[in-house]
Amino acid sequence: MIHSLFLINNAGDLFLEKHWKSVISRSVCDYFFEAREKAVEPDNVPPVIRTPHHYLINIYREKIFFVSVIQTEVPPLFVIEFLHRVAETFQDYFGECSESTIKDNVVIVYELLEEMLDNGFPLATESNILKELIRPPTILRSMVNTITGSSNVGETLPTGQLSTIPWRRAGVKYTNNEAYFDVVEEIDAILDKSGTTVFAEIQGVIDACVKLSGMPDLTLSFMNPRLLDDVSFHPCVRYKRWESERVISFVPPDGNFQLMSYHISAQNLVAIPVYVKQNISFFETGSSGRLDITVGPKQTMGKTVEGLVVTVHMPKVVLSANLNATQGTYNYDPVTKILVWDIGKLNPQKLPNLKGSLSLQSGAPKPEENPSLNIDLKIQQLAISGLKVNRLDMYGEKYKPFKGVKYVTKAGKFQVRT
Amino acid sequence: MTDSKYFTTTKKGEIFELKAELNSDKKEKKKEAVKKVIASMTVGKDVSALFPDVVNCMQTDNLELKKLVYLYLMNYAKSQPDMAIMAVNTFVKDCEDLNPLIRALAVRTMGCIRVDKITEYLCEPLRKCLKDEDPYVRKTAAVCVAKLHDINAQLVEDQGFLDTLKDLISDSNPMVVANAVAALSEIAESHPNSNLLDLNPQTINKLLTALNECTEWGQIFILDCLASYLPRDDRESQSICERVTPRLSHANSAVVLSAVKVLMKFMEMLPKDLDYYGTLLKKLAPPLVTLLSAEPELQYVALRNINLIVQKRPEILKHEMKVFFVKYNDPIYVKLEKLDIMIRLASQANIAQVLAELKEYATEVDVDFVRKAVRAIGRCAIKVEQSAERCVSTLLDLIQTKVNYVVQEAIVVIKDIFRKYPNKYESVIATLCENLDSLDEPEARAAMIWIVGEYAERIDNADELLESFLEGFHDESTQVQLQLLTAIVKLFLKKPTETQELVQQVLSLATQDSDNPDLRDRGYIYWRLLSTDPVAAKEVVLAEKPLISEETDLIEPTLLEELICHIGTLASVYHKPPSAFVEGSRGVQHKRLPPRAGSGESTESPDVGQSGPSEAPPAVIPSQGDLLGDLLNLDLAPPTATVPSVQPSMQMGAMDLLGGGLDSLLGGDIGGSPSMGAGLGAAPAAMPASLGGAPAVGGGLGDLFDLGGGVGMPTGSYVAPKTVWLLAMKAKGLEISGTFARRGGIIQMDLSLTNKAMSVMTDFAIQFNRNSFGLAPAGPLQVLTPLSPNQTIDVSLPLSTSGPVMKMEPLNNLQVAVKNNIDVFYFSCQYPLSLLFVEDGKMDRQVFLATWKDIPNDNEAQFQIKDIHLNSDVASNKLQGSNIFTIAKRTVEGQDMLYQSVKLTNGIWVLAEMRIQTGNPNYTLSIKCRAPEVCPFVYQCYELVLKN
Repeated sequence: MIHSLFLINNAGDLFLEKHWKSVISRSVCDYFFEAREKAVEPDNVPPVIRTPHHYLINIYREKIFFVSVIQTEVPPLFVIEFLHRVAETFQDYFGECSESTIKDNVVIVYELLEEMLDNGFPLATESNILKELIRPPTILRSMVNTITGSSNVGETLPTGQLSTIPWRRAGVKYTNNEAYFDVVEEIDAILDKSGTTVFAEIQGVIDACVKLSGMPDLTLSFMNPRLLDDVSFHPCVRYKRWESERVISFVPPDGNFQLMSYHISAQNLVAIPVYVKQNISFFETGSSGRLDITVGPKQTMGKTVEGLVVTVHMPKVVLSANLNATQGTYNYDPVTKILVWDIGKLNPQKLPNLKGSLSLQSGAPKPEENPSLNIDLKIQQLAISGLKVNRLDMYGEKYKPFKGVKYVTKAGKFQVRT
Repeated sequence: MTDSKYFTTTKKGEIFELKAELNSDKKEKKKEAVKKVIASMTVGKDVSALFPDVVNCMQTDNLELKKLVYLYLMNYAKSQPDMAIMAVNTFVKDCEDLNPLIRALAVRTMGCIRVDKITEYLCEPLRKCLKDEDPYVRKTAAVCVAKLHDINAQLVEDQGFLDTLKDLISDSNPMVVANAVAALSEIAESHPNSNLLDLNPQTINKLLTALNECTEWGQIFILDCLASYLPRDDRESQSICERVTPRLSHANSAVVLSAVKVLMKFMEMLPKDLDYYGTLLKKLAPPLVTLLSAEPELQYVALRNINLIVQKRPEILKHEMKVFFVKYNDPIYVKLEKLDIMIRLASQANIAQVLAELKEYATEVDVDFVRKAVRAIGRCAIKVEQSAERCVSTLLDLIQTKVNYVVQEAIVVIKDIFRKYPNKYESVIATLCENLDSLDEPEARAAMIWIVGEYAERIDNADELLESFLEGFHDESTQVQLQLLTAIVKLFLKKPTETQELVQQVLSLATQDSDNPDLRDRGYIYWRLLSTDPVAAKEVVLAEKPLISEETDLIEPTLLEELICHIGTLASVYHKPPSAFVEGSRGVQHKRLPPRAGSGESTESPDVGQSGPSEAPPAVIPSQGDLLGDLLNLDLAPPTATVPSVQPSMQMGAMDLLGGGLDSLLGGDIGGSPSMGAGLGAAPAAMPASLGGAPAVGGGLGDLFDLGGGVGMPTGSYVAPKTVWLLAMKAKGLEISGTFARRGGIIQMDLSLTNKAMSVMTDFAIQFNRNSFGLAPAGPLQVLTPLSPNQTIDVSLPLSTSGPVMKMEPLNNLQVAVKNNIDVFYFSCQYPLSLLFVEDGKMDRQVFLATWKDIPNDNEAQFQIKDIHLNSDVASNKLQGSNIFTIAKRTVEGQDMLYQSVKLTNGIWVLAEMRIQTGNPNYTLSIKCRAPEVCPFVYQCYELVLKN
């Protein structure tokens, strides 16, 4: 099981360690540092590193490496999932997961880690339960605590710990009972030079914010559930009913949670909301190049495309860009070699265009690689897959809740090759 | 106010200050102080000195303070075992607390204190907690058993905790069940044969029930445990599969992968014609695809496992090629894995897409990735025959980019394509040759040289190309040198007329001037092949090569089966059996997939997939190197086995075994051609040594090849391998090894002089002491070039028998003095008497009979030659090679009697009668001679010759 955890920042400083069994010297991290150095980019550090006596399994989140040490055969996915859970818990507790917030709340962090694992076995990882055991810091509470001398730690056993619905705490009470659902879809796509789709798929999630008193039992149904053939549910969802009736039936956790995620595969036809006409070329002589990008709407289902941003990773030899944008602003960072063109709303009547010249390091050979374009966009009130929620019913409680569903489509890993 | 304030006190009296605060009366101050202590602890500061003060704070009803103190205890109890005892009472008391949270906390913390003395006190509270009414306490206690087992396994067994733990598998609470399973699994890992997890249909049923209700982590433990169960029949297997399938939709990827493992394993038992089997196959694809949209670290582990799954059951993901397409911002470790799987999934149906993608990748920035992509194109060509042409043209396009590493990689894979489809794509060779100069990596150079050698007859300037590589021969890596050697030999065999010089040059470079034994051996074997039988050489060197197999990197089927049973584990990430590397797994059992149900199915082995590339084990291609290696062994085995019996002083050194043989072949020829007689002195015999320095002499060598081919070689006399005569340490760095040979009537002493000193050696000379047969050097020792450090020179010294005579003990002893610029060194060696057997040693029959009778019977000596499996004709032929002549043969009652004569250089006749009984490997040899002292030495020669 998980033996120890080391938190290491981007600069290579080890700023927190926690051991759940015997203490393992932090020198074990030298193997990690070695791998880190070899990888150059922090993203490229291999997740599993073998050392003579241990295995180091690490994740990189929010500029922090979470390095766990294991000694026996443990499923690596189990460890990685757990590490992500740790990062999420920090985020949940402190608003952000960063070195400074962790240092600022080191005692709570320690208490949390102690609650989350016992002897390497996960103990309590549901944020609802953790929050009952250890209250998250708030300015108000820390002031009250200082005055009254009460503590951050719950005195009673969290009710959810052992019930068959461990995700929900008992005795929830709200004056306004409300349940909101966000259907968020991200398009992952690769388009080739000519604009044909090489690959496209949709990653969807339904995020929920449920603030309902008591023990509500909800049922969510879709207009077109047949779209969903690859789904992952929150543990609260009754899988049997999904199998037989294609409805989502569940007793919700309290507060924010992800009800389900789904995946609409490349085999279905995925609508691509925009097209990109681009021409980025470099001249053999003269250390210069030309860039011309135009973006236009394709399959937007009549909705407006917003938040359009085009990002280009330029070859290393590109020193600067002298461009002219018909809409929005552009910025070329000569250090990271990233060109960002922030377009904003896409106007189908007047297509935005970015055009101009690139200057290259003099004497350098013509770059061999072609820069890829990354597209970012957002379409409100549209789930690009066509998924639609039919209705939400509540059983088990008498009051009438406010209900709402919102749809949004975003670009995920949306790439255009040149 | 944040916790960072706890870090700010770094001044001198910090510990002292904390001590005072810990002992404060105010609760709040105490708590703050403990927090400061914990904060220091987290960053690795040593605050163990505060142990007693912190432990004093333990007796409190404030839960947070208690927890903090517990945290501290866990960290430091080990370093302060005596102090830790102080805490025991509080623990025991807390285990009886009314609040289950405190009871659980106490038992949990006690288990984390790794101090023997404390564990003794732990047993009673633990026993109580295992039976606690509150499931929260029970599940904590279950984990505690595993902790205790880690500290003191014997104690846990003696106290019967294992049985209690097994009982907990049937607990009413799913969380308790999950933790009990987890604890048992962990304990079982250190007791591979303990049968701790004794699974039967009843417990399986309980586990499956708990599976639906416990936490995600618990589900992982239970699924992993299920995977080790072997269902009784296919029906049970199916019902387990049915109940596990819903886990495929879990949000936690570890749960999904563990479920995949259970399904992959139990599927083996299902009959393939079952509808459910097909359904299950279909259900497996989506969750695997979904894993690829998770965080990159998860993707990596998933991809490693998918790699196994597609090898085992390619049908699951055969339509999902596109999800493995690489995004440019994937981390490199994900990219490389995706590429691997893409190739595995490549088929005729999707090859166009794959190729387009691979071409795209080949223009990316990341060098490692680009290389792998280019390599992948080559693998596609080999895997999907229909695509080969397109792959080749893609590779050519890439070569046109002139990006150095792309070109090199492309050439390496084109070589493989040529291997797979010989005589099909030679039109591209011209393009390849254009890039010759830009190749700087050994693998690419070797590949290019191979291509040139293989297709030498179609490349007009092949000799020029290869010659250009030859210039810097010694700076090349071994890989290139070997390839160059082979390529030039191929070229020579294809165009013998214009490339003689080239081949001589490379042979001498490889054999004379190289320290690499592989290279030297290969050089010698070619040399020998070419000089003995060019036709055979052609057959060997230009033999048709076995085609390379489609997939060269498949995991071996039994290992694959084992790995499938370990999906989701570290083993699956490393593609190695768990026993190979996990330290904690003290002897893991090898897991096997269950056999398929139904005896009728037994003919269908489980690993035969529909399109299964794993059907046949991938053919092993013996590389040329291996082939030659075999030849070498064949040739050399006999001499190494028998030499010591003759020349006790010539123990088998690690000397150049081939040297002797080669020289004997060459020497035989030289002797035979009168124009190069003894008049030239030692020069022709020393030819190999001088070749490097004086290429002009090499001209003769070319003739030799022809000669060897046309005339055929006489079966020369046996020459023992060289042994070390003079050790470097006794001769100031000069090492001499050697042997004797008789070639065409000339006695030769073959010497290898090695300079193991730091300075150059020159001015060599040699002299013999008087000896039994008057052996003396017939010319000076010809060492033309100075011997530089670490260099070896082979020299052949012709000997005459006209020197001064003195009887030596033993008879064949020879004392030698060698002089160089440093000093004079002495050594002695023994020569085989066969050296002195002259060519005209065949006695007339009548004379033989008379002489035989004439020699008194006292002078007859009898010997046994054991373990000879030759018939009399072969034996007599062999002996004749060493100038032992058979005069007559008589067959009496299945016994062959050979009458033989030998004449020594000093005119002594030796007569022999050899009796060979058919089927009996032992020969009887009777030798008669007027000088009976020589008999044992003649016998030695017999044995030596016959056994080699």
